[in-house]
Amino acid sequence: MKALRKSLSGKAAIVGVAESDKIGKVPEISPLGHHAQAAHNALEDAGLSISDVDGLFTAGYSTYDLGEYLGIEPNFTDSTIVGGSSFVIHLAHALAAINAGYCEVALITHGQSGRSDRARNRSGGGMPADQYTSPYGIMGPPINYAMAARKYMEMYGEDRTRQALAEIAVSTRKWANMNEKAYFYDKPMTFDDYHDSRWVSWPFHLLDCCLVTDAGAAIVVTSMEKAKDTKKGPIKILGVGEGHDHGSMLSQMPDLTRTYGRKTGPRALEMAGLDYSDIDLAMIYDSFTYTVLATLESLGFCGPGEGPDFVANQVTAPGGSFPLNTSGGGLSYTHPGMYGIFTVLEAVRQLRGETGERQLDKCDIALAHGTGGLLSSTGTVLLTSNN
Amino acid sequence: MSDKIKPIPQPESDRYWEGANEKKLLIQKFGDHIQFYPRAVSTKDGSRDVEWIEASGKAKLYTFTIVHQAPHPSFVEDLPYVAAIVTLEEGINMPTRIIGVDPEPENFTIGMDLVVDFIDADGQNLPVFRPA
Repeated sequence: MKALRKSLSGKAAIVGVAESDKIGKVPEISPLGHHAQAAHNALEDAGLSISDVDGLFTAGYSTYDLGEYLGIEPNFTDSTIVGGSSFVIHLAHALAAINAGYCEVALITHGQSGRSDRARNRSGGGMPADQYTSPYGIMGPPINYAMAARKYMEMYGEDRTRQALAEIAVSTRKWANMNEKAYFYDKPMTFDDYHDSRWVSWPFHLLDCCLVTDAGAAIVVTSMEKAKDTKKGPIKILGVGEGHDHGSMLSQMPDLTRTYGRKTGPRALEMAGLDYSDIDLAMIYDSFTYTVLATLESLGFCGPGEGPDFVANQVTAPGGSFPLNTSGGGLSYTHPGMYGIFTVLEAVRQLRGETGERQLDKCDIALAHGTGGLLSSTGTVLLTSNN
Repeated sequence: MSDKIKPIPQPESDRYWEGANEKKLLIQKFGDHIQFYPRAVSTKDGSRDVEWIEASGKAKLYTFTIVHQAPHPSFVEDLPYVAAIVTLEEGINMPTRIIGVDPEPENFTIGMDLVVDFIDADGQNLPVFRPA
């Protein structure tokens, strides 16, 4: 490990630095404005432009809100926040990321209006969504994801979209009925149950929406060498992909039917040297039934608009040809708020052969995929139990 | 009933919200680049050379949802209401509400013609849209 760490010494360089246009007392610029001005000034200092940036680092905001403000789609993102030490630590992370080939041009930004915020009482709630969506009652995932789903229906047909959402809700519940830890373990769901459930935000029924539960989860990762000494041995990480194309403003999403999974799926597969047909299990963040439909297409399991055919006839249910969300997912197993980590838990357990009644006959390679924000950010990993 | 959520303008959006109170939908233009939402820089090239122009107010419905469960107590009295994204004639998308239509799915067509209107939310106008 020491040799590997030492091998990174001198393997990345700072090429641009700058402040925002004016510093001191600047009531005419927002905190995000300071980030953006400083970003462009530092890129200017480096002789680079915003389109060269593929790694985005900041603290205090999610990189997806900063990326949206800058109008960029980074494929390496780091929102690590550890107070004032954050930005120095980002350099350490950038060094590793650049040498891993995760990004080539890393942009680290900061911006706060400590002085003017006190005077103008704008602190807290100054984000774009606080201005342009919340006052309309456009808040939280159900309303936003429902608008995306409605767009999908317009493009690919309302009835077949509705059927696809129902297929996903029902098949996911069947898996939950085989998982004792699932919130709905004891509660089956029929297609009629789905169609009869109340509207939350049309076109979403209640049963299009994930649970809201209390839960925690954790993952331990180590080197392959250290993994030899562990109790259950390694589940190897074969491929990864990450990035985002907008932040907390759904209206800024380039295409409401295509998530950033369109980039992270192919990237993870390419890194792993795998194809879609190699994947035995797909664990796809199901904040809503629609999230699964859009994600399957975006990752590339099927083409745009083909999702309803792909999930038809309960092929994603137990015994089907495409096992999907075998824990019961966010829809029927658990969803405390940011469910993504649980996709990895189930993938690891299936790869280890630990899932009892719902254990797949063959599970050598699994895909786990998280979606964050308002279809904003995605992360894909490919895992294997193979040596 | 709890208080309505009011927009918290930022320095680069003061003009936008002042415009709304004058019943004008103002948008940012940097050279030939038009953007929503207002920012300190152009998303195209970082330019600070901003010009504010009044949008025509014409728009088409891009997508919508009919909200039956309020995301905040202050919106309970509005239920059901229509949240939407519209495409302005100038080619940019913005979130809004659709008013003046019975909130039933069959009353809405993606692409339907809309025109801007303004509603008062406790002293701050919000741009909304109604059928043209």
